[in-house]
Amino acid sequence: MLEIEIDGRKTSVREGSTVMDAAQQMNVYIPHFCYHKKLSVAANCRMCLVEVEKAPKPIPACATPVTNGMRVFTHSPLALAAQKSVLEFLLINHPLDCPVCDQGGECLLQDIAVGYGEDSGRCREKKREVAPKEAGALISMREMSRCIHCSRCVRFGQEIAGVMELGMTGRGRHAEITTFLGQSVDSELSGNMIDLCPVGALTSKPFRYTARCWELARRQTISPHDSAGANLVAQVKDGKVLRMLPRENEAVNECWITDKDRFSYPALSSPERLARPMLKQGGVWREALWSEALDYVAHGLKSITAEAGGDAAAALAAPHSTTEELFLLKKIFSRLGSRNVDCRLRQQDFSLDGQRAGASWLGMTLSELRHVDSALIAGSFLRKDHPLMAQRLRHAVQKHGAQISVLSVAADDLRIPLFARETVAPSRLVFALAAVLKAVLEEKAIAPQDQEGLAAVTVSGAARKMAESLLKGENAVILLGQAAEQSADFGVMHRLSARLAEASGARLGFLGAAANSVGAELLGFGGEANTDSRQMLVTPRRAYVLFGVEPELDAYDPRLALRALRSANMVALFTSFRHEAAMEYADALLPLAPFTETSGTLINAEGRIQRFSGVAPPLGDARPGWKILSALGSLLGFADCNFEDSAAVWRAAGIVSRGDAPEFAAGLDNGLRAAPVVLRKRASEERGLERVADVPIYFTDPIARRSAPLRQTADAAPPAARMAGATLARLGLQAEDAVRVRQGDGELAGEANLRAVLDARVPEGCVLISAGHAASASLGGMFDPVFVERA
Amino acid sequence: MAILGAIHPVLTAGLSDREDGWRLAEYEARGGYAALRRILSERIPAEKIIAEIKSSGLRGRGGAGFPTGLKWSFMPRGMDGDKYIICNTDEGEPGTFKDRDLLCHNPHAVIEGMLIGAYAVGANRGYNYIHGEIFALYRRFEDALAEARAAGLLGRNILGTDFSFELFAHHGYGAYICGEETALLESIEGKKGQPRFKPPFPASFGLYGKPTTINNTETFASIPFILNMGGEAYLKLGSPNNGGTKLFSVSGHVERPGNYEVPLGTPFAALLELCGGVRGGRRLKAVIPGGSSSPVLPAEIIMDCALDYDSISKAGSMLGSGAVIVMDETVCMVKALARLSFFYHEESCGQCAPCREGTGWLFDVLARIEAGDGRMEDVETLARVAGNIGGRTICALGDAAAMPVQSFLTHFREEFLYHIAHKTCLVPREVQWAGSGFHCADAGQQRAGRQG
Repeated sequence: MLEIEIDGRKTSVREGSTVMDAAQQMNVYIPHFCYHKKLSVAANCRMCLVEVEKAPKPIPACATPVTNGMRVFTHSPLALAAQKSVLEFLLINHPLDCPVCDQGGECLLQDIAVGYGEDSGRCREKKREVAPKEAGALISMREMSRCIHCSRCVRFGQEIAGVMELGMTGRGRHAEITTFLGQSVDSELSGNMIDLCPVGALTSKPFRYTARCWELARRQTISPHDSAGANLVAQVKDGKVLRMLPRENEAVNECWITDKDRFSYPALSSPERLARPMLKQGGVWREALWSEALDYVAHGLKSITAEAGGDAAAALAAPHSTTEELFLLKKIFSRLGSRNVDCRLRQQDFSLDGQRAGASWLGMTLSELRHVDSALIAGSFLRKDHPLMAQRLRHAVQKHGAQISVLSVAADDLRIPLFARETVAPSRLVFALAAVLKAVLEEKAIAPQDQEGLAAVTVSGAARKMAESLLKGENAVILLGQAAEQSADFGVMHRLSARLAEASGARLGFLGAAANSVGAELLGFGGEANTDSRQMLVTPRRAYVLFGVEPELDAYDPRLALRALRSANMVALFTSFRHEAAMEYADALLPLAPFTETSGTLINAEGRIQRFSGVAPPLGDARPGWKILSALGSLLGFADCNFEDSAAVWRAAGIVSRGDAPEFAAGLDNGLRAAPVVLRKRASEERGLERVADVPIYFTDPIARRSAPLRQTADAAPPAARMAGATLARLGLQAEDAVRVRQGDGELAGEANLRAVLDARVPEGCVLISAGHAASASLGGMFDPVFVERA
Repeated sequence: MAILGAIHPVLTAGLSDREDGWRLAEYEARGGYAALRRILSERIPAEKIIAEIKSSGLRGRGGAGFPTGLKWSFMPRGMDGDKYIICNTDEGEPGTFKDRDLLCHNPHAVIEGMLIGAYAVGANRGYNYIHGEIFALYRRFEDALAEARAAGLLGRNILGTDFSFELFAHHGYGAYICGEETALLESIEGKKGQPRFKPPFPASFGLYGKPTTINNTETFASIPFILNMGGEAYLKLGSPNNGGTKLFSVSGHVERPGNYEVPLGTPFAALLELCGGVRGGRRLKAVIPGGSSSPVLPAEIIMDCALDYDSISKAGSMLGSGAVIVMDETVCMVKALARLSFFYHEESCGQCAPCREGTGWLFDVLARIEAGDGRMEDVETLARVAGNIGGRTICALGDAAAMPVQSFLTHFREEFLYHIAHKTCLVPREVQWAGSGFHCADAGQQRAGRQG
């Protein structure tokens, strides 16, 4: 510990701290622009110059290490003169256009100018003008003359997002922040640069000129868009969400959020919102009153289950629904005598249902990801599926050389320096994982006992490297992602990973499918007592309740889902949006309040219980899900389904907190009931190619899908048939050819006309066709065989 | 032959006008590589070499004048991994043109100096970063490296010993800022040349994060000679605390501008005489003694100065890189300063606020005064802005931009006031033209014609 005195007050700080760290620890304010606690030190704005005893010149607090007995003066005449002169320099070329600047009122330069500036400028020369830049749909770089060259955005790209999309060109007064020639800013974390920009140079394109910051109410909420559960501030004016910002929570999202969290909100006030209940009568849709619509659904459910038993009704819910909504849905269905509730629509292998020791979770806290020294990530599009977790792993590599290994079905660029990587066809993923297990067992000289088929597995060099890294790691983890969960071999992979974790001493974790997947599992979804989503669709039921899902986009096999829904007698869709595709198969559309208009609880991948309240009133007649379900339960005559408020629902749901850390749920366990691992040889895949499918980042849920700004990003490009060069050549195709893609046969046959794209990231013999998009919704299973031919 | 004259020459001793005087054979004939051979054959300990350099009083020839032996002793010894030694031939300071002559005529002295330096600090790799605007000399240095490699003087197991050292030439693209040692490191690493914040200093975190020593070309070239003649003898050549001889690049209004090697401590008057005196017998007005960033000294002060670090410093300026810019009575100081400020404004890297904004501001004001649009408060503004840049930037470029302004205003304030008041120079335009040499009666008409 080092002693330091700042402005006459003493404190002691850790070795290696800077003067700025010490000042923040003591709550002493030192003005700064370029300094940011999460970014490397640049010391280029010079605003934090302070006086240090015995130093002849003022020194920057952000870059100066504390020495023992140091005496610092932040407001001495020398320090103040330096700070004022720096501010004067920063202002001479800054356009004083605060009245028309979006940053006005929340601008660091404005604030510091009030504290340290003169009342009028002394520079009479012409101001610099900087040409506007084009950076894509999310960030506006129209007013780059405002830039003060703090380089926070550049450092953010290099250090946090892992991709340098902005840089500084030119020297001296000609220095400009700009994109690379002709390129836009496409990082999935890019919006954070708007927050980081201390002035109005980088502004939010969707928010620009819609409101002044002081007109907006700040209300707290939780992101439903991915399994991290980022903490958000929704800024609301006249009942409308006009902006989403991160709410700092070091344990969850630090001070970052993804662009999906930030820019999905325009969908919430889009014309596609469903504002009134609607019923289809005689093939014609009409608006209805809530009483009519609920009567219709209650009557349908009651009569169908009375007639054909509880099994004739099924409910498919979105895994980002609140715990309260899922609880009520499950309760109503169990009262109807139905076991048919599930929210794992993208999964195809449910062989471990009833075998799990607890709810599948990350296996560690989110913040612990920063400290892993070895990680094996299997079957994940990590960077786009879990941007905030990828960011933490990137940090682990950059800051203490963690070894990240990746087993994946497409060699997507994680922007993380990888230790080892193997990219295989989806059907080979389980074998690649088995090879790592085999290598670990060999390394530790453990005889594989019951691991049937392990003998036949060949250990590649990469697998051996991964095994060694896991064994060497003191804080190692094996993380399974969505592509693993969606694979036909998920059960085997879970077993293999559990064995691997046990043998190597690593932890096992699941990156998590959605914002409340853990919550759903804690409620018993996916347990022994429930039917899985695939069974519900393979054997069509007579009545379906769809809760926040759009099955042709959200299901593993859209054709299977559509066949089941079309043959049903009643389909009731709880949705926030007028979903055109559903108008064909649904009978009732019930306007469901999205997360901003309801209260509830989400349990994220690390098991953190996060309760939130509505930030805006429901649009039109939309109502919170728990209220609708409560009313539906009453109508069905289930008195115990009627609740006064969502807090009461939460209490009834009976989620137990961990005794030692009540912010986390108890009952998280990635262990399995003992059973042998059976590696089955797959039937020959000679029939055509294997499909690989990701769910592009902005197509994961109904809200993100409908965000106009997100739809204009590079990540929202429509799906294509992406293949390696060899695959294209084998099919006699060339890049950019129009192709017809077919999947399935008989009544489940589906086809789509797509563009062939040369993509070296895709393993040979595979075609990557993204799911979750209307253009591929006519196809079959995400990882099923596929035929490609010239259109 | 670009070395025009010398008093007790060391670095340039024995250099001839012959086309291939730079070659290895010629250098060896002049006694080259003897120091290296002796060190390697006698396995002289590194500490002893550093002690020898310390005793020579050699101070860095790049401008800052930091004692070389002391700098070498900062390198962490007994540490595994790569260590680098770097020669800074990014000679960009206006007025300085000594290193390019060294590379042209005596490149092997630089190579030998770097070899000895590498041996002394334990470096296994070296780079010579050569200014982009002297590309022909980058080629010359590559040729010299090829000769040295062929002769077994570079590479693995040099001269059959276990000492190995790789040396590479690297050329920049002419940015002044890359002469700043940490910007130079960034540039070698392939990044934009921008100075790093110090600490950490290169000796602990240098090229690619490894311990690194950076010295000027002339410093390295002096090393073999020091070890041959002994530190004490070298020190005695100069004045106390200012060992040895130094190359002075004399430019401006002298009869014979060029490079001169004289012992440190030589009176300025003697150097001026060596250059043939002020051109055309005119009156000396001012001298910038150490490259454009050092403060200007008026004639009456500089004529009493000796040319060494301490005397010049006492007179209020800096010996710097030894670039002596001589100005006679035909020079308009406003115009001279405006031109200097333009340079710093153009060359500021743009990283930190005071320099990026301040150098532009200084130039704008000076250009306005020069154009006849000056205001009386401008003189105060210039002084204040320069004062606000100095000492508040990441690297020394800010100070380099500020010092000329402050010294011009100190010594020639009345010229600025006259210029503002009368909207024209104190030195009449015809006098300036006459002094420039480019505007003889004839050239003046041509210029007038072009403008018409």
